[in-house]
Amino acid sequence: MDSQLVTAFEVVIGVPAVLIVYIWGAERVLTPASERWRKRIRPWLWIAPALGFLGFFLLYPTVRTIIRSTQSKSPLDPKFVGLDNYRWFFTNGDALGALFNNVLWLVFFTAFTVGMGLFVAVLVDRVRYEALAKSIIFLPLAISMVAAGVIWKFMYDFKPPGTSQTGTLNALVGTAGIGPIGWLQSPGYRLSTFALIAVMVWMWTGFAMVIISAALKGIDPALLEAARVDGASEWQVFRKVTLPMLAPTLAVVSTTMVITALKTFDIVYTLTNGNYNTDVVANLMIKEMFTFGDFGRASAVAVVLLLAVVPIMAFNIRQFRAQESIR
Amino acid sequence: MTVTAAAETPETPKTSSATPPTVRPPASRQRRRRRGRLALHLTVLALMIVWAIPTLGLLVSSLRPQSKLSTSGWWTALAPPYHFTLENYRDVINQNGIGHAFINSLLIAIPATIIPLFVAAFAAYAFSWMEFPGRDVLFVIVVGLLVVPLQMTLIPILRLFADWGLTGTFLAVWLAHTGYGLPFAVYLLRNFMGSLPRSVFESASIDGASHVTSFFRLAVPMSVPAFAALAIFQFLFVWNDLLVALIYIGLANSDNLPMTASMANLVNSLGGGWYLLGAAAFLSMALPLAVFFALQRYFVRGIVGGAVKG
Repeated sequence: MDSQLVTAFEVVIGVPAVLIVYIWGAERVLTPASERWRKRIRPWLWIAPALGFLGFFLLYPTVRTIIRSTQSKSPLDPKFVGLDNYRWFFTNGDALGALFNNVLWLVFFTAFTVGMGLFVAVLVDRVRYEALAKSIIFLPLAISMVAAGVIWKFMYDFKPPGTSQTGTLNALVGTAGIGPIGWLQSPGYRLSTFALIAVMVWMWTGFAMVIISAALKGIDPALLEAARVDGASEWQVFRKVTLPMLAPTLAVVSTTMVITALKTFDIVYTLTNGNYNTDVVANLMIKEMFTFGDFGRASAVAVVLLLAVVPIMAFNIRQFRAQESIR
Repeated sequence: MTVTAAAETPETPKTSSATPPTVRPPASRQRRRRRGRLALHLTVLALMIVWAIPTLGLLVSSLRPQSKLSTSGWWTALAPPYHFTLENYRDVINQNGIGHAFINSLLIAIPATIIPLFVAAFAAYAFSWMEFPGRDVLFVIVVGLLVVPLQMTLIPILRLFADWGLTGTFLAVWLAHTGYGLPFAVYLLRNFMGSLPRSVFESASIDGASHVTSFFRLAVPMSVPAFAALAIFQFLFVWNDLLVALIYIGLANSDNLPMTASMANLVNSLGGGWYLLGAAAFLSMALPLAVFFALQRYFVRGIVGGAVKG
């Protein structure tokens, strides 16, 4: 325990010191070189630590996982099996169910977070207690998924009919004479998946709201005023002026949300662990890896996830290029 | 007509101040407007309540005695007779090793926040203010790495860490979080540093300042909002992380697991300690919430700096 504290202290002080010394040292080493060579080498020394980390933690494993996905289960003596693991994925009911759930996540999570974020940002812009309202809606983002899971376990709590309901939602629908409903135990119509999506919408709407709200404040009020003076109704102003000007921001927020939806793991893991038709691809992969010990299939699942992300990556890069060209 | 339109928006007086409203809007419009304001306030208030209730409910639950928790809803505690207690918090801290896990979380989160900050700062500076072939291509690759799913990387890294005897150590998660946090860190800092005025760096260079000097004397001090936002973001990310800790630490040495993992255990364990969940969740939320409220301003400004500009 104490030795760990010492290590942590060393790292907090030591690593920055090492890195600062590294940059100073690099400049020293470069001193005897000619100005031309210094200019050429220096940038690479500055980005080398970052490239090292990125290469080791992101590029290398991606390549390894792709290779591993074509090999058999055995961790000690994996054999080449071609596309068998992918064949398993695309013919297995559970795996396809998880994939379908991810599609639901992608569509509904993205639509609701961006939609609600926009709605809230526009509304709170017109009230004086804006800061308070935004803080309350942003707050869930500072909570860990596990804590959010606990919070919503209490919200979704389900007691057999006839007993008094202690879950907030079941008590609420109970006063309307409905229920009780097993929110997290209902595979039918994938109700439980939607219950999980609701939790994440609760968490991430604040993120969308904050960014959209900042973009909203960046719109020149004179522009809106001019539209109003020309006789446009509030709705027309929003539809024809505000919305088009927010479009690039909405695109950025949507991509972030789509990625979040595809990577969804923690909330499923803590609330249902994929039972009741709520499994998602990331959770499936963890299960294959640790419950079944099948690294081949787990890798194939990861690669499917990566393939799903590729179009978004391309979009991201194009978006960035476009931004750079007008910089 | 146009004058009334201007008068309807008293919050944005910037351009209409030249033509002060002299004609009062007709009474019917005014009434409709007032009804609109009422609907607006009610909607915003409803949203605030809906968003706050889950957390409030848990807070109340965490303060109720175990016997009451399973028989009545948390809202019944808001009416007298009051039965509030801190017992749950005491039990969590004493029995379940959450206190130990809290320290672990700190030991993981602080270095895992500081290291990527430095590494990213150098790279972001080079990407912003140094010329070299392949700079843009390289940066685009970094942006692309933003979306690589973390799950992809677990198996190969875990194998290497196991070979090197790193699994179960804090060092493993420090390094891993540095790697995973870097694309966003470089992206955010590069966007911020790149938008600093070029003239400042040019005149510094003409005055004979080296890159080291202009990095430490100009770029870093001018990018404080971005650094602050990044530090908060990375801290929250690491503090709230479950997956990375579970895999690089949990499999080998559960003594070093952070709070999220011990809470996940509480959640998944049937019976027993479930009444402690609320208290445990609030203990784990306390620090991120404090950090968030203390530095909220920076958080928003820093993230937004990159996303909205351009």
